[in-house]
Amino acid sequence: MSAVRASSTPETARLLEVRDLAVSFQTADGVVQAVRGVSFGVERGRTLGIVGESGSGKSVSAQTIVGLTPGATITGSALFEGQDLLTMPAEGLRAVRGAGIAMIFQDPLSSLHPLYRVGWQIGEMIRVHDDVSRAKARTRAIELLGLVGIPRPERRVDDYPHQFSGGMRQRAMIAMAVALNPKVLIADEPTTALDVTVQAQIIDLMRRLQAEFGTAIILITHDLGLVAEIAEDVLVMYAGRAMERADRRTLFYRPHHPYTRGLLASLPAKGATGERLTPIAGLPPSLIRLPGGCPFHPRCPEVLPRCATDVPPLRELAPGHSSACWLPDRHGGPA
Amino acid sequence: MNRARGERDEVLLRAEGVVKHFSTGRRRSAPVVQAVDDVSLEVRRGETLGLVGETGCGKSTLARCLTRLYELTAGRVVFDGDDLTKLSRRELRPYRRRLQVIFQDPYGSLNPRRRVGSIIGDPFAIHGVAEGKERLRQVQELMDLVGLNAEHYNRFPSEFSGGQRQRIGIARALALRPELVICDEPVSALDVSIQAQVVNLLADLQSELGLTYVFIAHDLSVVRHVSDRIAVMYLGKVVELADARTLFEHPRHPYTAALLSALPVPDPDIADARRRILLTGDVPSPIDPPSGCRFHPRCPKARAECAVTEPLLQARSGDPSTHLTACHFPVADGDELALAARAEPPRTPA
Repeated sequence: MSAVRASSTPETARLLEVRDLAVSFQTADGVVQAVRGVSFGVERGRTLGIVGESGSGKSVSAQTIVGLTPGATITGSALFEGQDLLTMPAEGLRAVRGAGIAMIFQDPLSSLHPLYRVGWQIGEMIRVHDDVSRAKARTRAIELLGLVGIPRPERRVDDYPHQFSGGMRQRAMIAMAVALNPKVLIADEPTTALDVTVQAQIIDLMRRLQAEFGTAIILITHDLGLVAEIAEDVLVMYAGRAMERADRRTLFYRPHHPYTRGLLASLPAKGATGERLTPIAGLPPSLIRLPGGCPFHPRCPEVLPRCATDVPPLRELAPGHSSACWLPDRHGGPA
Repeated sequence: MNRARGERDEVLLRAEGVVKHFSTGRRRSAPVVQAVDDVSLEVRRGETLGLVGETGCGKSTLARCLTRLYELTAGRVVFDGDDLTKLSRRELRPYRRRLQVIFQDPYGSLNPRRRVGSIIGDPFAIHGVAEGKERLRQVQELMDLVGLNAEHYNRFPSEFSGGQRQRIGIARALALRPELVICDEPVSALDVSIQAQVVNLLADLQSELGLTYVFIAHDLSVVRHVSDRIAVMYLGKVVELADARTLFEHPRHPYTAALLSALPVPDPDIADARRRILLTGDVPSPIDPPSGCRFHPRCPKARAECAVTEPLLQARSGDPSTHLTACHFPVADGDELALAARAEPPRTPA
């Protein structure tokens, strides 16, 4: 079906394996160190959630993998089926994008061309990768719109993006993303611009598609609720670094890193109307002038003297659970 | 002002049958957007009234009607016994001091070319309250009150982070010691760790200054946290109104129940255990809202009557008089809506 299905990878290997990714941008104010040595991967049929606040580097990481950060200085590797996406020529990357790895963005309106019909845009996407007729592509577009729950797709296929509501546009984006049956779907804040009832529909849709096609999903979000809902594994990022990595339950019930604990504690708790919230003091650091040592140390309530000078490595506390913090292993517990 | 303060039941603001329609064109026959349609509610002195609902439900329009930033199409807004809707712009001025708004966007609502001190001092200038050194002193006092460094009054908005900019907006809103503050999505644009800081600040200011809040947000967990009472809106109507706890624990309107069930919960066990009520389709257009109950085309409990008769917002049998629901067939505790909603939906005309 697509150009990149050549190399055979062992079943156990991860579909996508990112190692030591670092991304920086030269700006007038100095070098912005957006991502500083982050590793993650995702397996077939599983969902990895990457959580972090603005400026944590979560979106830049994903965009870099699919070659959407022109002008950036990039080091590290991103292996997809044995090929390094970061060193791949543009031609090869174009073949991977869409068919191998597809992306859904937060704002569907800026990703759909306003002057072309929705169905045409989905069809075009198919025709770029597969040699099919216009009529076939159109039929496939109708099928896809139906699959993502657009009512009366045979009529809606000829609508322009502005004729769709926000939720429908996001669905159309998903239809386009899954058109070529990608192995990896990267969803960058896919529901942030949507209302909760529509968000629930989109989550349901992503789940069904995953169950049906075994798609690996990387979900990038600031919403811990969304992560608790659909991610199996979670990576917490802060100031361009991985702070903690764990399966969903461990992360929510036995977090180790004070940043993860702080994030969970700052959420309004269920049933505690009127009580004071517990915010994390201070502000995230500037990515141009990063603090020495652990990037979180200026805001950390449990800071140790060495935190200001030594960068804590991401070390394994238990199988599948790692934390980049100098505090002892048994420190983890309910937030 | 020698009115008794602190009495929770004293009504500070009352909306009576507020209607706001927007025309979509110049011709008389142009379609009309029914943004807010016949909304009545009260805001009591010292309380926080939460206003929730999805995009296009009319919550922000209602807030702008309450402050008369919009002229009403019909209905009245009574503030502390005085009908605001009849006043001229000039007569309205003294009320503007007592009624302030904090906006969502900490980037869009501050002029980037003006210094923060003069932005916060604007209300003093407009109302001719304090000048020169006295104004500066009061501005610095306000900055201190909202947790900004008072020495930074000479800086520009771009030198502040999102959370700090929201504090600037709050300081400006509080400059003239208002009684009622409308908070329109005040923390929606902020990261969670910062959001908690601003929510705490708003709570502190309320108890310190005896403020009354109308708190608008689409994030239900935040609204639940700050509100005494909550009104849920759908397509320009209030569909349910109750104290915060009751609304979350015993929602009666199927829309409220669906909204609550759709809220992602940051707790894997709860997330796995609960059943979502998945609504089908999108919110219909407010230009041509559905007949009868506006929620009926998406409602898992809808029956024939719902498409014909509009349900009134009133206490339903078994509910306290403070719990109002606009529904013919309200949800009872333990009702299983999730399955009903999964069945094939009635197709809504596009």
